[in-house]
Amino acid sequence: MVKRFLVLLVLIFFTIMIIPLITDVQPQTELNSLAKKYVKDGSDELGGANLVTSVIVTYRGLDTLGEVAVLFIATAGVGFLLRRRKKALSKPVKKRESSEILQTGTLLLMPLILLFGVYIFLHGHLTPGGGFQGGVVIASGILLSFLARPQSELNHTVLHTIESLSGAFYIVIGVLGIYLAAGFLDNRIMPLGDFGRLFSAGAIPIIYSLIGLKVGSELVGILDSMQRSEL
Amino acid sequence: MITLIIVILGILMIAGAVMAITMKSLLSSIIAAGVISLLASIIYLLLAAPDVAMTEAAIGSGLTTVVFLYAFSKVKAGEEDSNG
Amino acid sequence: MTLVTIIGIALVILGLWGMLTQRNLIKIIIGFSIIDTGIHLIIVSIGYIKGKTAPIIDSPALKADAVNKVVDPIPSALVLTAIVIGLAVTALMLVYAVNLYQRKQSLDINDFKELKW
Repeated sequence: MVKRFLVLLVLIFFTIMIIPLITDVQPQTELNSLAKKYVKDGSDELGGANLVTSVIVTYRGLDTLGEVAVLFIATAGVGFLLRRRKKALSKPVKKRESSEILQTGTLLLMPLILLFGVYIFLHGHLTPGGGFQGGVVIASGILLSFLARPQSELNHTVLHTIESLSGAFYIVIGVLGIYLAAGFLDNRIMPLGDFGRLFSAGAIPIIYSLIGLKVGSELVGILDSMQRSEL
Repeated sequence: MITLIIVILGILMIAGAVMAITMKSLLSSIIAAGVISLLASIIYLLLAAPDVAMTEAAIGSGLTTVVFLYAFSKVKAGEEDSNG
Repeated sequence: MTLVTIIGIALVILGLWGMLTQRNLIKIIIGFSIIDTGIHLIIVSIGYIKGKTAPIIDSPALKADAVNKVVDPIPSALVLTAIVIGLAVTALMLVYAVNLYQRKQSLDINDFKELKW
C-alpha cells in the first residue's frame, strides 16, 4: 500500500515537472540561428543534399564517433556476458531444422537485402538513410540466414576484421582532415564534385559507408552471441 | 487531416503502451512494444523526418523485437527445463 | 507540433509507471524502451515547424530558399543516433536479465534482495 502511494506520488511530481514542456514552449515558426547556418551553408560548404547526413557526419562528427564507441562498448558487454563456456562447447545443442520455404526464400532474398543495405549507406548524402540504417538492414539480412540455418557457424574472423578495419579507417580519415582540410573529420579532403551526384560531398559517402559496415558488423555480433549462447 | 491521423496514431500508441505494461503474457507485451515503435515511425514521417522514420522502423520495431524475443526464448527454455 | 509532444509525454509517464509497478525484469525493460520512444517523439516534435518539408535539398527551387522551407535538421540527427544506441543498451540490459535468471531461476525483482537492508 505504501509502495503504491509512493509510486503515485512520483508520477504526479514527474507530471508537474514536465508540464511546462507543453505550456511554456512555443512552437517554432522559423529556424534558430545554428540551424539556419547549417541549412544555408550546408549544401554549398559540404556538397551533401541530405542535411541530416551533413550534420551527423561532419558538423557533429565527433558526437557520432562517440556514439559508435558506445555501441562498441555495449556489444563488447553483450559478448562478455554471453561468452561460451568450455564445457558447453563440447556438446552442441540440437536445434530444430527450419522449413523448406524459409531456407529457399533466404537464398533468394538475402543477397537482395544485403545489396539494399549497401545502397542505403552509399546514397546517405543524397536520399534519406545512411550508415546507421544501412547497417541495420544488413544485420536484418544476416538475421534471416540465422533463422534459416540455425546450425551454421558465422565466420568470426571476417566479422571482427571488418569491424576493426572500418573503425580504424574512420579514425584515419578523421585525422587526415586535420592535415588536408580545416579540422578533425572534415569531409573536404577530397573534391566536392557535382552537387547531387553519387561521387560528391567529399569524404561523406566514404565515412558513412565505414560507419555502416561498423554498425552492421556490431549488430550482427550482438545477434550472433544472443542466438548462439547456451545460457 | 494530418492532425486527425496523429490523434488516431496517438490513441493507438497510448493503448499499446497500456497493453504492453498490463498484459499478463510476456510475449504479447513484447509485440505491443514493437507496435508502438512502428506507429512512432509513421509519426516521424508526418513530422518531416524521414531519416528518423527509417531508423525507427528498422530498429525499433524490427531488431529490438528480435532481441527481446531471443531473451524471452532463453528465459522460457529454462522454465520448461526446471518444470519438467 | 504540440500534439506529438503530448503523446511523447504520455508515453514517458506510462513507461515510468510500468518500470515502477511491474516486478518482472523483462517487463521493466519494456517500460524502459517505451520511455525511449516517448523521449524521441518529444525531441523530434520540438524541431518540427508547421508546413515545412524534410531537410533534403533535392531540387534547385528548394536550394534557393532552403532556410524558409525546411525543418530543423539537428533534432533528427540527434534522435537518429539515439535510437541505435537505445537498441544496444536494451540488448545489454536483456543479457543482464538473462544472466540473473540463470543465477536464481527467477525473473521476479523481489527475489534479488542482496543489497536490501
